[in-house]
Amino acid sequence: MDTNPPHTNAIVELSGIGHSFGATEALKNLDMSVPEGRITVLLGPNGAGKTTTARVVTGALTADSGRVRTFGRDPVTEGHLVRPHCGVVSAKPALYDRLSGRDNLDYSAELYGVKTDKERRIRDAAGRFGIDAALDDLVGGYSTGMKTRLALARSILHDPRLLLFDEPTSGLDPESSSAVLSYIRDMTTEGRTVVMCTHLLSEAEGLADHIVIMEGGTDLISGSPEVLTKRFWPHPVVTLNSSDQRLLERMRGWNGVVGMRNDPSGARIELDDIDRVPDLVAALVADGIPITRVEPHTPTLEDLYFLIRRKLGERARADGLEVADPLDPVSNTTLAPSHGMGPGSRSADHMPVIEVPDGLPPMTERPHETDLHETDLRETR
Amino acid sequence: MSAIEPNGSFDWHRMWVVARTDLRQLLKSKDYLLPMVGLGLVFFVVVPTALLLTLTRVDSSTMAARVSDSLAILPEAAQAQILGSTPGGRTAYALAVFLFAPVAVVVPLTISTAVGAATIVGERERGTGEFLAHSPASVREIYMGKLFASVIPGYATTIVGFGLYSLMVNLVVGPDVGGWFFPTSQWWVMMLWIIPPFLLLALSLVLRLSARVKSTAAAQQASGLITLPLIGIAYSQATGSLLGNGDSAGWIVGAVAWAIALVSLHRGVRSVTRNRLLGVAQ
Repeated sequence: MDTNPPHTNAIVELSGIGHSFGATEALKNLDMSVPEGRITVLLGPNGAGKTTTARVVTGALTADSGRVRTFGRDPVTEGHLVRPHCGVVSAKPALYDRLSGRDNLDYSAELYGVKTDKERRIRDAAGRFGIDAALDDLVGGYSTGMKTRLALARSILHDPRLLLFDEPTSGLDPESSSAVLSYIRDMTTEGRTVVMCTHLLSEAEGLADHIVIMEGGTDLISGSPEVLTKRFWPHPVVTLNSSDQRLLERMRGWNGVVGMRNDPSGARIELDDIDRVPDLVAALVADGIPITRVEPHTPTLEDLYFLIRRKLGERARADGLEVADPLDPVSNTTLAPSHGMGPGSRSADHMPVIEVPDGLPPMTERPHETDLHETDLRETR
Repeated sequence: MSAIEPNGSFDWHRMWVVARTDLRQLLKSKDYLLPMVGLGLVFFVVVPTALLLTLTRVDSSTMAARVSDSLAILPEAAQAQILGSTPGGRTAYALAVFLFAPVAVVVPLTISTAVGAATIVGERERGTGEFLAHSPASVREIYMGKLFASVIPGYATTIVGFGLYSLMVNLVVGPDVGGWFFPTSQWWVMMLWIIPPFLLLALSLVLRLSARVKSTAAAQQASGLITLPLIGIAYSQATGSLLGNGDSAGWIVGAVAWAIALVSLHRGVRSVTRNRLLGVAQ
């Protein structure tokens, strides 16, 4: 089940997908759908199964089990009808270094059966991504950013309906990354559907219309970021700071205060109504509590991701399973919260503080895709 | 789920696009192109020219007579074909027509094997296999494209070398045997009927290796082991058909080689899978 609005049609549907490489299970009972005309982000740490999923979608890889439908077709048995409508940019740009940029684009155009206006399309695609001046140079001399741009240009030459980008900003500087993400956003304004794999929360945050959080080869949760954050944080949250943070504890049990989490960085107050904030502040001041900051807090994808990871860990530990602590920089080094923090570079100082209402909503009240089943816990660990 | 990609229709244009792109890369690669041209020149032009010039132009009747005596080991049918009135001329004719035949086998097999060994595993090593695996090209089109891209450099070098060799032989030996005589009918049969199937047979095996091994170096090592005996067989068959009676031996050898090559090629298609292009096959 999908948490997106019902007007969107799923262009890709995966159900119960499993795939192993030898003894390693890359995908385990993966369910996923990709709404048409949106950007779907597959978010998860390295080894979560994102790349394998993208490969299964085009039929480049045949899943061991489960059902794959891309444009309503089986990409393995009807790959010749599916792949011409897909454009892929893999984690490595997969370009021919000994050929020029133009030759690379020409090769793709011919393989994908671009017959009309081939030269114009090549020029336009190269111009769009700012590599037209280097089109006749050998790709071996391109910078990483230029290669990514060329790969992006190649992916749209044949005007595909579905674009799959696997870590498209990998190895790029912040400026280039920003430009690439901007290009990707533009793709959907032209009616294309985009699936992007990333382990960078900041990328997913700004880009995703629909998100699938993956780990251990399975989907932990999926839906639009707005719907998901609303589901996990149903009430407005305000951050309060005082010169004496302990005094804020008095608020517990006040009328309208649904939940509270207090730590040195600030007290996160969950209210039943955001309009209560002025009264709340007035009451605190009247009570002699010096307030230094009042700031509404909008839960981010980063908050959501780590909440889910934390809750999974808690449940697994409750079941006596040994799990990686999502906030432990040693045991969890593969998901970067922002640019410039690649695998292995995280430290406790950089970890986001998770301040969320206690507890997940009751499982029985949540739809299927947000359920954190016991089996999920067992399998993901 | 089905693990087998259906055959579907075969797009010859797409196959040629795959082959053409590989060839384009070869042509832009001097580290490959120069040895290829050098090999052809050495085997087809430099060595034969030096030997034949020595026999026909250097005044060493003793040496020519000795080599001429050794022609007695050739089959009678072959000896009967030898033209020339002097020992030097007869020896040069025998060398040009019979003894340089292996060159025509060694050159294309060596060049094409080197290209073929790297062709699929090379895509994987460079990461471009991912692009092909996601592309609409069927595995049959990719396989055949790779095959053509491997055959063409070796065979083209051989044809060009053969042309130069023919010219040189006629210019150097022709005056001693009564005019231009080369290529003989047996050489035409060998070049157009025997060499191609042996080349295809070798490449069908080499491409299978290239699809399976983990590195280009491993593919080249292993393909050397496979093609060495094949070169031996091709050598003996080519030489035998030249030394045999008329053209019939060559036609038969070629027909058998074609049959084996086509079966091997057909079976070789299965070795190329999208999983292997991605480098994730188990």
